[in-house]
Amino acid sequence: MSVVLTGPKGFGPDVEADILLSRDSFSIRYDMDRETGVISRRGHALEGRSLAGKIVYFPAVQGGVAAGWAFLALVHRGVAPAAVIFGRTNPVMIQGLVLAGIPAMHRVAPDPFSVLKSGDRVRMSPARGLVEIV
Amino acid sequence: MRLTDREARILAGEAGEAPRLALAQQIAVGEFFEAEHFVPVTNAHMMGDMEVMGDAGFAFVESLVKHGAAFAVPVTTNARCVDFERAAAVRQDPALVAREAALVAHLKRLGALQVDTCINYQTVYQPRFGEHLAWGDTGTVIWANSVTGARTNYEAGPAAVAAGLTGVTPAYGYHLDAQRAGTLRFEVRCALSDYADWGALGGIVGRLTLDYWKVPVLAGVRQAPTGDELKHLGAALASYGSCAMYHMIGVTPEARDEAEAFRGTAPEAAHVVDDAALAAFYRTYPEDRPEIDVVVFSGPQLSVLELRRIAALLAGRRVHANTALLVTTNFANREMAARLGYVKAIEDAGGRVLSGVCWYIMEPAKMAAAFGWKNVLTNSAKIANIIGGYRLHPILRRTDVCVEAAVAGRLPAHACLA
Repeated sequence: MSVVLTGPKGFGPDVEADILLSRDSFSIRYDMDRETGVISRRGHALEGRSLAGKIVYFPAVQGGVAAGWAFLALVHRGVAPAAVIFGRTNPVMIQGLVLAGIPAMHRVAPDPFSVLKSGDRVRMSPARGLVEIV
Repeated sequence: MRLTDREARILAGEAGEAPRLALAQQIAVGEFFEAEHFVPVTNAHMMGDMEVMGDAGFAFVESLVKHGAAFAVPVTTNARCVDFERAAAVRQDPALVAREAALVAHLKRLGALQVDTCINYQTVYQPRFGEHLAWGDTGTVIWANSVTGARTNYEAGPAAVAAGLTGVTPAYGYHLDAQRAGTLRFEVRCALSDYADWGALGGIVGRLTLDYWKVPVLAGVRQAPTGDELKHLGAALASYGSCAMYHMIGVTPEARDEAEAFRGTAPEAAHVVDDAALAAFYRTYPEDRPEIDVVVFSGPQLSVLELRRIAALLAGRRVHANTALLVTTNFANREMAARLGYVKAIEDAGGRVLSGVCWYIMEPAKMAAAFGWKNVLTNSAKIANIIGGYRLHPILRRTDVCVEAAVAGRLPAHACLA
């Protein structure tokens, strides 16, 4: 395994899954069908893609406090992402991920698109602040 | 994080299981954002309704009630997804209505003040300069930080509940001086004549900012804005840009001049917002067809002065048979507007004044399907931004155009941009 991304200490236990990279920012309310965990906004880079079981990367986030409850709802429906990595995030995303127990990191470097492609198997260690390719 | 003796006792479970869990979550969030300690908050404002919470959130609140939890500071509730008195008229799912009623009962047991408003700062509580809060709903946060100089991060539903249970919140972000420095400079040269224009300005600045940690500084604003205009500006800035604070030179309290707004730092970037930029923003919301299915005044809830304006524009007229007109506000403002005759003027014209709700959380996709609506005309840039995610066609126009279209059943020719 080789380290491809590093960032500050994140939240949650180590997790291994396929990565899904988005060039577009993320808003739970604006971009995602909260029943299914599928990106529903027309024209979004991940339109039609499910976040379920993936380690998902978004460069930035948008909008509001709906994220606070929505990740927990995704966990209960069995369609939650395995982990979320952000370029820049905001408090509500992290508040929601902490409530749901979903691992999270932010401020990773370098640009994930320069070292990974969607479908790569990765292992993320929030405690050590790193992502490795498996 | 460094804990006080009181916080350490909460974490040890001496205040009960619910505050212990709440503080543990707050520590996880605080450490993620490198907070060193907590700050006491005077009150919390929570977004908690079945549309946003789902069954999982309901179960979470129910578990708090079973633990015998009680809020340690006043907790007010945000706009919710059901107007219990008018749910049938707008064809809301009876199952959702029943579930929402059960949720409200649980929140009352925790001690929440069920005010159901996203404009708490206009109708319930006006924080003072420098006061620490734990507010949810982004529009309330950006108002508190920017207009009053109070201090809060976005505190989503569970985070506001946690702060309500512990009476503290982690000291990171907008609780700290350093985060409140302006970062981007916007020279505002456009004429702003309507709530929709202020929302559009928020949308333009928000799209260029798109970062919770950046603070746009608006310079050169020609006319002193009203509170309602700042409300639309802030709601749109938060919605489009994830912004929690802005400065407006000569208007907001931490921006008497640019030196104060930027706190001695240089802006990272500078932009100009002129009339062409404003026109271009409206053109991102072209009509799908001139006929309008529903006109919505909401997001945020309307003040009494906004209700007065809608009532005056509609007085003695009739909303077209093929078009619906919805207005949302809170209980207090609806009661006041009823006494002042505004509710009667709007409802005699065929509009509907809903209370305790905001339209975009009322399951708009289901409502649209029930009524056969395909497009939505609004003067709220925030609503226009959100509705795209529900596969309804959003059209943003000024308030008078929205009312004219409601009466005619179609956009006036001068307001067609497609």
